[in-house]
Amino acid sequence: MASDGSEPDTRERPDIPVALKILVAGGFGAGKTTLVGSVSEITPLSTEEVMTEAGAGVDDTAGVEDKSTTTVALDFGRITIADEVVLYLFGTPGQDRFWFLWDELAEGALGAVVVADTRRLDSCFPAVDFFERRRIPFALAVNRFDGASRYSAEEVREAVDLGPDVPVVPGDARLRESGKEVLVALVEHVIRRRSPAMSG
Amino acid sequence: MRGGTGVRADPAGPLVRPYAVTRGRTRPGPGAGLDMISVVVAVRDRAGGAVRQPEHARILRICRRPVSVAELAARLDLPITVVKVLVGDLIAGGDVAARAPLPAADLPESNLLQAVLDGIRRL
Repeated sequence: MASDGSEPDTRERPDIPVALKILVAGGFGAGKTTLVGSVSEITPLSTEEVMTEAGAGVDDTAGVEDKSTTTVALDFGRITIADEVVLYLFGTPGQDRFWFLWDELAEGALGAVVVADTRRLDSCFPAVDFFERRRIPFALAVNRFDGASRYSAEEVREAVDLGPDVPVVPGDARLRESGKEVLVALVEHVIRRRSPAMSG
Repeated sequence: MRGGTGVRADPAGPLVRPYAVTRGRTRPGPGAGLDMISVVVAVRDRAGGAVRQPEHARILRICRRPVSVAELAARLDLPITVVKVLVGDLIAGGDVAARAPLPAADLPESNLLQAVLDGIRRL
């Protein structure tokens, strides 16, 4: 039973579920929101965040004192893991230039799924760079579009220049099984990275 | 009888509509420390002492069951920043409790990660 009333700092209350998040990133139209929707237990929700655009490293704003604000859309889905754990999947629909938002979004993230469109493989490079630089574990979901030329996972790995440990999972972002497969690969990757000493 | 001398920019800038809800405040109250995935739940048996606006009441209704700040924002159709301010009011008034996400540093001990893995596999 919670002691009543006098203690306002309830952030550590164990009776409230704790949330985790995984980011879903990739180039415009690569299938981020589709993937979120395929595994989410709710119809993906949309919201927006009004961000202060710090500008550092994004634009050449030297000498500009005024900060501007930008509204950035976020789509997200939810997976209830257990009564006490909820997983959120956040996608940034087609807004990959908002790096300043990604920093806030990325904070505390368990990991990320980068959705790659083999018709425009280079459109996932910025997301890959972002997560590599911040040492955030990620998996690459290679979304097969109808009629798109198909590459093997290894061909994609080579083209994107991924490390050998990064999971590359081909699939169809519309299918729940594909979404599950890449999320499982990501979490297994996270577990391996966190326990490097563990071996069979 | 001439009042003004023409159009003059309001030094406070134009009123951004979503922030009318928060009376111009763009930051939650001190200590709220809310993240977009902080989970918020109404405290039972509270009369809603901090409810000053319809949005506060709506938040209280929605978070009878635990819900994240992002979900509140989506369901209220308000920016996350605005919802943080409103939830901060309710926390300050003791009407809701919130749980912050785990800090990245001590993120999931392996049993929690294993639970996540199992949960995804069950989908």
